[in-house]
Amino acid sequence: MRINWKTYDPGKFYDEIISAQGAPRPPARQLANYLKSLTHAELTEKKLAAELAIKTMGISFTVYSDAGNIDREWPFDIIPRVIAAKEWEYTSKGLQQRLRALNCFINDIYNDQKVFKDKIIPKELILNSTNFRKQCLGIKPRYGVWAHVCGTDLIRDSDGLFYVLEDNLRVPSGVSYMLENRRVTKRVFPELFENYNISPVQNYPDQLFDTLAAISPRTSEYPEVVVLTPGIYNSAYFEHSFLAQRMGAELVEGGDLVVEKDKVFMRTIDGLAQVDVIYRRIDDLFLDPTVFNKDSILGVPGLFKSWVKGNVALANAPGAGVADDKVIYTYVPKLVKYYLGEDPILPNVTSFMCTDKTECQHVLQNLDKLVVKPANESGGYGMLMGPQSTKKEREEFARKIKADPRNYMAQPLISLSTVPILGDRGVEPRHVDLRPFVLQADKSYVTAGGLTRVAMVKGSYIVNSSQGGGSKDTWIVGYE
Amino acid sequence: MLSRVAERVYWQARYLERIENTARLLDVFSTLLMDLPKGTKLGWHSLVHITGTHEIFDATGRQPIERNVMKFLLSEDNGISIINMLAAARENARTTREIMPTEAFEQINELYFYAKENLAQGVSRGPRHQLFEKIITSCQQLTGLMAGTMSHNDAYSFVRLGRDLERADMTTRIVDVGSSNLLVSSQSSIQADEPLTNILWMNILRSMSAYQMYRQHVKDRVNAEDVVIFLLQNDEFPRSLAHCISQLSSVVDELPNHSKSLAQIAKTYRAIKHANIEKLLGDGLFQFIDDLQIEIGAIHKAIADSWFLQK
Repeated sequence: MRINWKTYDPGKFYDEIISAQGAPRPPARQLANYLKSLTHAELTEKKLAAELAIKTMGISFTVYSDAGNIDREWPFDIIPRVIAAKEWEYTSKGLQQRLRALNCFINDIYNDQKVFKDKIIPKELILNSTNFRKQCLGIKPRYGVWAHVCGTDLIRDSDGLFYVLEDNLRVPSGVSYMLENRRVTKRVFPELFENYNISPVQNYPDQLFDTLAAISPRTSEYPEVVVLTPGIYNSAYFEHSFLAQRMGAELVEGGDLVVEKDKVFMRTIDGLAQVDVIYRRIDDLFLDPTVFNKDSILGVPGLFKSWVKGNVALANAPGAGVADDKVIYTYVPKLVKYYLGEDPILPNVTSFMCTDKTECQHVLQNLDKLVVKPANESGGYGMLMGPQSTKKEREEFARKIKADPRNYMAQPLISLSTVPILGDRGVEPRHVDLRPFVLQADKSYVTAGGLTRVAMVKGSYIVNSSQGGGSKDTWIVGYE
Repeated sequence: MLSRVAERVYWQARYLERIENTARLLDVFSTLLMDLPKGTKLGWHSLVHITGTHEIFDATGRQPIERNVMKFLLSEDNGISIINMLAAARENARTTREIMPTEAFEQINELYFYAKENLAQGVSRGPRHQLFEKIITSCQQLTGLMAGTMSHNDAYSFVRLGRDLERADMTTRIVDVGSSNLLVSSQSSIQADEPLTNILWMNILRSMSAYQMYRQHVKDRVNAEDVVIFLLQNDEFPRSLAHCISQLSSVVDELPNHSKSLAQIAKTYRAIKHANIEKLLGDGLFQFIDDLQIEIGAIHKAIADSWFLQK
């Protein structure tokens, strides 16, 4: 049995590989033909090989559950997603533009606050944000950059265009899986890499290191860059250790660091060694118990003050999360125009703000059609998926929205594009999103593609790996 | 290098070495069975004694028969079985991935999955030898892999410290096998006769892959005194106690802040080299072995005090 693309039916959705009735899109043509040349048994063999590779390479993520934390093998589908290089070039520009504007915005909020004076965004909206850190007022990180690493979630609607769904400016994760997915695909489909012109992804750790080194307060040739992890029980621990390994940086936990005379040191076998840049993968509130959450045992007492004094750099800077609030998100296109004087290259998904009376009314009347999101949750938690919700759930959300409109926004149910996955009976369309990673310091970089997450359940939009989503290798392909 | 990472690397190496040596020890017991005349029994309880796990075993209230002891040391969830030690080694490797060669983690991971699937088979005698051989070979491969692909830097120093100290410890335990009342003749006499004792010592040498090197070195037939001298005092054989301890000294010498550890290692080395083995064998070796284990414990403490994160 072989794949028959003619019977492959993504329905009304935009499919990234197959356009109309079995015709592959130009950048995916070679892939589609190659897949067709294999029998189902051969494909299944490759799938098993990929699963085995993931197991022995130890590519895992941690799921929190009532029964304790479980280290699970990373879910991966072997059929790659293909994006044309031309389209990606344009998208990359849009991503860089967006992060530039967001950094201007964060820097403005904590310094001049022109954006309020010019009435672009209401002041209360920011000051009420749970991610606003008043302790950061008046601080000017180098290059005016607060968010050095951003994971932007993109979706492709049925019109075939990319839209920005979310900006993740706190501690976005997933980039290690993007890199590992490519390593697995190379093992599974080495033949395809011979003739295809696929952009490599593996230079990300170098770019990340350069970005971090660029913000070092000391101008030594080899700044001491460390990755700060909450520890082995964190769901992204694999990634923390992976990035530390690939950058040749130390992976530290709070207990490894100590502050003396407003400088940060790590405890090594040679005694204390000064740290220049901390790529922190723990949340703001746990960074320093003397400033934020007093009960934090993950953090380092005195760290915040060392940062304020400019003796250590933090990436991302504390307080950067103020701009990844889902309500602030709705203002981003305006902010691009305001700070850069440019038209936004990438559009937002249409959104309704519950703080606006008319829009809120619209939301409350259309709860069965909309997706309602809380301002500050991640991982897909705390959402209402209108069309699939029960009456009881909708009533509960209506109550929540009325009680705290600032904490909610709503979007129409967007149609996520599809990509074929290899199921038990052949290929089937499944919905995907895309998380590229954007870096900014003195220079800025965008990953070639990003992490494609895929909802493994038919018809589902839930792509989060913590909730049963899978992933795919993403190919940026140049073709004639 | 971070103190915390140094500690994890050290323990990972200790676990791996202990896994290899436990496999060796269990293998020698099983081979020994085949060499013994009918009517002679092996005391399986001494196996849990040698591995220092008798208290935990006795608490289970089970009979120290072959099946129970094997199961206990191989695959039970008791914190000390091979599968538990492998899980611990894997966890340590997982949490030091940023400094270990990727292949090393992958190999430990693979061995773990192999063991998980196959260890239970080791309870029956048939597939046992093959299982141990695979474990021993994998551990040896890992040692080679790290020596060949890891920079010989501080991290590697802690791998070597963990490995050599654990090896030293296990060598003393294995030597203890020979001097303990392992062979219980079911016939009249309590003391095992001499040829049987020699078979025992020969198997002990084999368990440490030491038989050939012993023959080259001693050029005499296998006898208790020469074997014990070879395994405790020889400076050239890599699993002999004296060799392991002198290796520690050259590793520690390269590390910062080493005076305390260096002094303790020198003291232990002198105690080994100055021992009169002939006389000790007459009095019963176990007291001396106990003293050596205390020395090894003191070396560990010196290492922990000098380089690990103070709790």
